Amino acid sequence: MVMINLVLILLVGGLVAQFSERFGSNIPRRVALAVIFVDLLYLLAHLWTIEGLNQAQITVVDDPATWLMYFQTPWIPAFGINIELALDGISLLMVILTLVLGMVAVSSSWTDVNHRQGFFEANLLWTLAGVLGVFMALDMFLFFLFWEVMLIPMYLMIAIWGHENRSYASMKFFIFTQASGLLMLVSILVLAKLSQDASGVWTFSYFDLLGTEMTPQVAHWLMLGFFIAFVVKLPGFPFHTWLPDAHTQAPTAGSVILAGILLKTGAYGLIRFAVPLFPEASINFSGFAIALGVAGIIYGAVLAFAQTDFKRLIAYSSVSHMGFVLLGVYALNEFALQGAVMQMVAHGFSTAALFMIAGSLQERLHTRDMREMGGLWQQMPRMGAVAMFFVVASLGLPGLGNFVAEFLVLLGLFQIAPWTTALAALGLITGAIYSLILIQRSFQGEPKEKWSGMQTADFAGREMLTMAVMMLALVFLGIYPQPVLDTAQPALQSLIEMAQSAEILP
Amino acid sequence: MSNHQLLAIMPILTLSLTACVLMIQASIKRDQDIALKISALGLILSVWAVYIASDYTQSATILLMVDNWSLFFTVLILLASLITLWLSSDSFASEGERKEEFYLLLVLSVLGAVVLIQSSHMVALLLGMELMGVALYAMIAFPERGLLPLEAAIKYLVPSACASAILLFGFALIYAATGELSYAGIGDKISLGLQQNPIVLVVGAAMVMAGLGFKLSVVPFHMWTPDVYEGAPTAITGYLATVSKGAVFIALTRLYMDGQLYQYESLTNALVVIAIASMLIGNWLALRQQNIKRLLAYSSIAHFGYLLVVLIAYAGALSASAINPLIGQSITFYLAAYIVTSLTAFAVVVNVAGEDQSKSELSAFEGLFWTRRIQACALTVAMLSLAGIPLTAGFIAKFYIINVSIESQLWLLLGTLVVGSAIAIYYYLRVVFAMTKVSLQTTTDGVRSGLCAEDIVALILLLSVLLLGTWPQPFINIAGNL
Repeated sequence: MVMINLVLILLVGGLVAQFSERFGSNIPRRVALAVIFVDLLYLLAHLWTIEGLNQAQITVVDDPATWLMYFQTPWIPAFGINIELALDGISLLMVILTLVLGMVAVSSSWTDVNHRQGFFEANLLWTLAGVLGVFMALDMFLFFLFWEVMLIPMYLMIAIWGHENRSYASMKFFIFTQASGLLMLVSILVLAKLSQDASGVWTFSYFDLLGTEMTPQVAHWLMLGFFIAFVVKLPGFPFHTWLPDAHTQAPTAGSVILAGILLKTGAYGLIRFAVPLFPEASINFSGFAIALGVAGIIYGAVLAFAQTDFKRLIAYSSVSHMGFVLLGVYALNEFALQGAVMQMVAHGFSTAALFMIAGSLQERLHTRDMREMGGLWQQMPRMGAVAMFFVVASLGLPGLGNFVAEFLVLLGLFQIAPWTTALAALGLITGAIYSLILIQRSFQGEPKEKWSGMQTADFAGREMLTMAVMMLALVFLGIYPQPVLDTAQPALQSLIEMAQSAEILP
Repeated sequence: MSNHQLLAIMPILTLSLTACVLMIQASIKRDQDIALKISALGLILSVWAVYIASDYTQSATILLMVDNWSLFFTVLILLASLITLWLSSDSFASEGERKEEFYLLLVLSVLGAVVLIQSSHMVALLLGMELMGVALYAMIAFPERGLLPLEAAIKYLVPSACASAILLFGFALIYAATGELSYAGIGDKISLGLQQNPIVLVVGAAMVMAGLGFKLSVVPFHMWTPDVYEGAPTAITGYLATVSKGAVFIALTRLYMDGQLYQYESLTNALVVIAIASMLIGNWLALRQQNIKRLLAYSSIAHFGYLLVVLIAYAGALSASAINPLIGQSITFYLAAYIVTSLTAFAVVVNVAGEDQSKSELSAFEGLFWTRRIQACALTVAMLSLAGIPLTAGFIAKFYIINVSIESQLWLLLGTLVVGSAIAIYYYLRVVFAMTKVSLQTTTDGVRSGLCAEDIVALILLLSVLLLGTWPQPFINIAGNL
């Protein structure tokens, strides 16, 4: 019930935020912030009551009793569809990340959105509700439902409050994810059909579908259906082209949610569904997936370097960083998987912060073009320092979360493919290049005449507070990553065992 | 004819009686309000008559088959007609003209549709289709001003007449080959291998399908659709899209299944070609439409392409000698979902654009989210449902179709369906996007607050689309029992 309530609080909160607009245009964002905060508190309050959170109990993938939380109630019995939600270490991390970044997003929309605030905050909360559903749903039908439905409020956010080219960007975003989602739907249905043929009953439950018997060829095609849907969302090369447009055109809060949270649903899907449901097919496919990951890392970095648009550069850097996640998942050993999960969390914070800075710059300068910027450190020393922090975090400075993540991925990958690892490690160098170019073109260099009058434009208290939260999070992840690793460990352990047994079988 | 048979055709009798009463009323006192009330009452009474008839399901004479399935669709069509009545009464009331013939035409047309749905004989099929069609020509041409409705009526009349001629020729050939005109009789002859000349039979059946294909506007018989949709009064367009097409599809299904036409592989292959062409071309041509009625016309072509997949799956499943219960359910659910969703879309177009043709351009819907929120939400949900997004009726319907085609392993059709749906998202989203635009003209004038009658219609339809999508189990139970 707790998990249902988590989603419901956000859904109802969205309605409240929408109607609270009649009491003043600055009420909805306060309501939204409060709703997310309450949601987070509600989750944390219940976490204390769960046994086994600190006992490093192994979550057995196909036994719901070993998960942290489990809930099931019938929904459409004719097809064996249930409302089935469960939470393990990975989902828990993702849910917390979602709620924290949700608050960051609300904060970044504080002054950015200046019309129809009620509907904006409602869409924001509904997107978060959909994402929470994705991270918790374990009925494949329900999962697909959340997967698709979370797109609609996101689409509206880009389409209504986006920048100059929003029509094209929002459409592209929706069509890419929806079309790939249809492939996943077909895969889900074929999988359910296979299981129905074997057992005689319809079921869409993850736990029942695990280990469904099928020929390697069928498994390969079904796995591809899932893989494409998740890699489009990740986004992995060559399905990434929607991302720069959507990120650039979205309002700041939209970019924060897109980069910080929505991309992680793709990575989560790979870890939760694509690999465990089709372990053998995934292992056979892992070489290709790793190649895609490396291609994404390098291609994303090269393109990021070529950008003049502040937001577009960060968007392409996301493509590069998410390549590491793909590597981590398909290297399929403990270090790499831990690195992938770590990257999901750390990248969420660092990119969200960078997008927020981009949004603040656009709000003040009315441009995202870095050729127009330069020397802004003088007018905005605080913003400059903050930007510097997140840029070095994003390029993987030791001591911050992103370094731990990328290091772990490379360490894990090295055990199985040393040369590929060498290639992927190029990403760290190229990352440094485009990150430093970003800071150099915007905040350092010769000050531009036209910005000299902007003395009051620096970050104020609210923004600094938001940034401080994310800085602390990254420093914490970098210096003491153990709690995150421990939380994810039980779930990953079981996944690795599953992969190993699949490797032995053929 | 026994008493029980009379009770079984109660809905048809009630509708006929309503038509007579309307005629008598017109000869005594011409009054639009009374005519509206009589026809509404007649339709509601017919729903009640269906309830009575449901206890006496049987084949009433050789012409009509009254079973749960046809009664279910009878109810659906009666309800859709009631909505049509509600929508068209609004637009006529504002004109202050005397339009009571319109209601007579509507009732006659519904009568035709009900006969079509219950038909089990080619004579009943023709009778129902012509009665429905002829009344529909007149309804399309009904508005006195403007050339568009007239053009639409002619464009509907001429191809329909051709289609009827082809249909009749097909009947003749089938009769020549089998000596039977009832579906069951044809089926018996085919299954026993007693037909005289299989080639004549196949050609005849193909002609019948072509004739019905005109009414369903599947590719390549779709040319008339956009112009007729655009030119007809919007409420009637909605009626054409839902009641008329739905009834014809039921008749086609009956003929195809009971007449055992699925045994001929060449016919099934023809259906495969038609389905693929409809899905691709329908969706493709919809992409650039600027007028929402034309857009819905092309989208309906694609949707009937999706529906044909179920018929093809039926043929495939039968050769594997196992009738899948999902197939009947799919047709029921898909048609119901499509009818409810389309009606929602047309209701919003009626409410927003009225009968003014120029206002059904997409640009007229700009900023609707900020001026008339309920209408905008209804249209958004309708578009998402047509696109097959979860939580709407359209998703469960598409879920059924995908399920059925996986079951019958129709991978080519399934692939086309996925491609078609992916294309379709673009134009459905364009409508949603237009409504979110902040346009200068609409922000100040036309903002309405509070609920008006139009909003209530939209709200009812909106909720039924969502209900079918979020809590389909009761409906699945009903569909499963038919």
